[in-house]
Amino acid sequence: MKKIVVVGNTGPRVRSDCELKLELKSGGGISINLQSKVKAMYGDSITRTLKDGLDFFEIKDAVIDINDSGALQFVHMARLEAAVKSLVKTEKNLLPELSEYNMYQSSRDRFRFSRLYLPGNTPSMMLNAGLHSPDGIILDLEDSVAPSKKHEARFLVRNALRQVNFYGAERMVRINQGERGIEDLEYVLPHNVHLILVPKCESSEHLVELAKRSEKILADNNIKQDIYFMPIIESALGVEKAYEISSAVDNVVAIAIGLEDYTADLGVQRTNEGSESLYARLRLVNAAKAAKIQPIDSVFSDVSDMEALKANAKKSKSYGFEGMGCIHPRQIDVIKNSFAPEPEEIRKASDIVKAFREAEDKGLGVVSIGSKMIDPPVVARAHRIINLAKKLNLIPDDMDNNEND
Amino acid sequence: MANKLVKNAAGREVVAEINGQQAIPFKGVGKHKPEGRKYAPPISRCADYPDNGDKRVSTLKEALVKAGIKDGMTVSTHHHFRNGDLLANDLFDAVSELGIKDIRWFPSASFPCHEHIIQYIKDGTIHHIEGSMNGPLGKYVSEGNMRGMAVLRSHGGRYQAVQDGEVEIDIAVIGAPMADPFGNANGLEGDSACGLLGFALADSQYADKVIIVTDNMVPFPCIPWQIQGNYVDFTVEVPKLGIPERIVSGTTKITKSPDRLLLAELTAKFCDAAGIIRDGFSFQSGAGGTSLAVGEFFKSIMEEKGIKARFARGGSNKYLVSMLEEGLIDYILDGQTFDLDGVRSMRDDPRHVWTSPFTSYNYHGKGNFAPLVDVAILGATEVDVNFNANVVTHSDGYLLHGIGGWQNCLFSKTVILPLPLMRDRVPVIIDEVTTLCGPGELIDVIVTERGIAINPLRKDLIEAVKDSGLPLKPIKELKEEAERICGKPRKSKLDEKVIAAIKWVDGTVIDVVRKVIVE
Repeated sequence: MKKIVVVGNTGPRVRSDCELKLELKSGGGISINLQSKVKAMYGDSITRTLKDGLDFFEIKDAVIDINDSGALQFVHMARLEAAVKSLVKTEKNLLPELSEYNMYQSSRDRFRFSRLYLPGNTPSMMLNAGLHSPDGIILDLEDSVAPSKKHEARFLVRNALRQVNFYGAERMVRINQGERGIEDLEYVLPHNVHLILVPKCESSEHLVELAKRSEKILADNNIKQDIYFMPIIESALGVEKAYEISSAVDNVVAIAIGLEDYTADLGVQRTNEGSESLYARLRLVNAAKAAKIQPIDSVFSDVSDMEALKANAKKSKSYGFEGMGCIHPRQIDVIKNSFAPEPEEIRKASDIVKAFREAEDKGLGVVSIGSKMIDPPVVARAHRIINLAKKLNLIPDDMDNNEND
Repeated sequence: MANKLVKNAAGREVVAEINGQQAIPFKGVGKHKPEGRKYAPPISRCADYPDNGDKRVSTLKEALVKAGIKDGMTVSTHHHFRNGDLLANDLFDAVSELGIKDIRWFPSASFPCHEHIIQYIKDGTIHHIEGSMNGPLGKYVSEGNMRGMAVLRSHGGRYQAVQDGEVEIDIAVIGAPMADPFGNANGLEGDSACGLLGFALADSQYADKVIIVTDNMVPFPCIPWQIQGNYVDFTVEVPKLGIPERIVSGTTKITKSPDRLLLAELTAKFCDAAGIIRDGFSFQSGAGGTSLAVGEFFKSIMEEKGIKARFARGGSNKYLVSMLEEGLIDYILDGQTFDLDGVRSMRDDPRHVWTSPFTSYNYHGKGNFAPLVDVAILGATEVDVNFNANVVTHSDGYLLHGIGGWQNCLFSKTVILPLPLMRDRVPVIIDEVTTLCGPGELIDVIVTERGIAINPLRKDLIEAVKDSGLPLKPIKELKEEAERICGKPRKSKLDEKVIAAIKWVDGTVIDVVRKVIVE
């Protein structure tokens, strides 16, 4: 049986993490060798956490060498658990407290303008992510985690879900593809995840399977809560099946497109201007709208070019998308502002809503502004814009509009 | 060996004596008013200097000998070459070769490039250092390895110490990017161009002997003469004073760190909400990641409002220069130049003014311009719940940074410290600072990514921003939030031995730094 394992990260650029080497022994008790830049302040506390953890897993004889760069307690716990579970079979989970501030719920139709991707095995990026106010935060177990780190990332993501303050952002996890992704659910679902991103989705069957498994995990844990899915379409086949995927199960609330993989599948270059993916994007929007879910656009990868991002997001909005992915917190505001209604849009919508109210008050069946008749779908769209503007604090909440569509 | 300690007005136990000299404990802000006459260097006579104005000697070592270097003397240098300085290392190589011992080194600051000098503390060439120690020297001294006690002063405090005669400089060695044989010098031209030489001004005026060392000797006159040859005894030509890319960066870049940008944005929004950013205002901006970004956010607010600033106090860099050139600032009053654009602008643009600690910060002037600045954006390693701040030590007790102009800038009308609430796991807002460098009464606002705390003394600011929608929180709440995330830190155990004294701007001792216990 394996006796030694190393987990976690260390190096000159690594912060808020640790590398932990665990060696099981057949005698000699517990020995912990701690190197840490915060040793003077937290040395005792780190040692205590590790000893308590070993005790929890009933390990009596072991040597731990830990190289710490200022990791928080939930990181130490995740690293220790990953190490222990690489060497020992156990059903026990070393869980940090599920913080009260992370107990809030999401809803099916909440805004998903901006969702920020965070690599699932990099604790330093997690702590402040919510402060940048994205609509959603994605802890990623898929592409941003190296194959050799998949196992340890599950514990870190799970503990982050329990301890890191998301400051009201929708709590999302991107699982791995295929069977590994289904296994990922066990690690994350019991910890108040709102939404699961399903990468490289090409079939409705996969979503049905995920939904079944999710239902079971939640039931086993006595959790009554909806779990939402956002499948990501990243292939030509996925695009062809966009509607089927969008309407596969009730859990699907949004569908996203991943253009790096999609253009690779097509064998073409991805451009900023994006004509090569126009068909796929429009097809996806149409499928989503047909299934009454949100279509979400791909990330924009040039994090230094905010002007190009803005142009991209505006175009995206004009196609009918209702959000984009972010890979840098500075993209969040640009995206939010681009998807938000323009002042002129709000002004027009507000005129229409006002006319609607007046018509209603007068008992008229037809809404008109001046001599121009306004069709019901236009009124509905105006209501939507006004509601959106209110939720984004672009106009005061008490503005006359009772319609909640 | 325990030091005799007395409690000062800030409640800190400080030394009553520093390296055999009596020290005055901090009495409170504005309370210490020394009288008498300033120190003056000995009378010099034109007749003793060459008629042809050529004061050149062939080597630095020869100049030191001619200047009469002896054991126990005080030798000063400046830090305009920052981490690219080669001169101080060469200087102590020469001092050591001459067999001289027990020097008091009086740099305006030292940097990691001066790690070379540790050997001269070890072998007795240097008795102790009075000046900021950034990096390895600070670590070495923190562990109790220097014979004498270090003294840290602000830029203004250094000028004051020289004028008081508290520090009598025997020999000032001034590196100059351009100089003439008579000793006129400036920092504007040449391979080692650093912009200005303000930190060496007091040294030139008050030292017994002044040596100018240059790698760019030009015929008389060297114009402009930031340092006047009339103060200078000897000039020396050397092949190389410093490593250019470490003296000034080729180009300054604004941070990409989302967390720092968030801090900077919050800071700028606070200033805007508080009414600080208005036509004709003035600001101090540093060259640190967050400060630079604050400047950029100021710029966009100013452009939007169509207003300009009367002056900016720098640390200049290409961003500040671009604001000057785009007409958003009338003047840059520059204390040190951080990039090549800063150097170019100072050389070519009369609105980019070189200053010295005398004009900006000096305690023994008839006023200085620090209090005229509307807002100063500064850093700190720690702040406590009474707004007291530390800039020199880390929470583990290591002395790793200098004071710079930080204490002097606290006299600006509004002082804002944008700080992350924690650095990795170390909380930045704590119960009591490890080392007190600035009294809380002078620190107005702490901006963190998790909330903004305003000093209760600043009722005007509290009133001005109360409806701004900014995340205002009592400082204690921020401290508790940090502890919730990080866990409560154990206070570092330090040795009894005092390894450094921290001076206030008036020369009194505001705090001391103790030896770190190495496990």
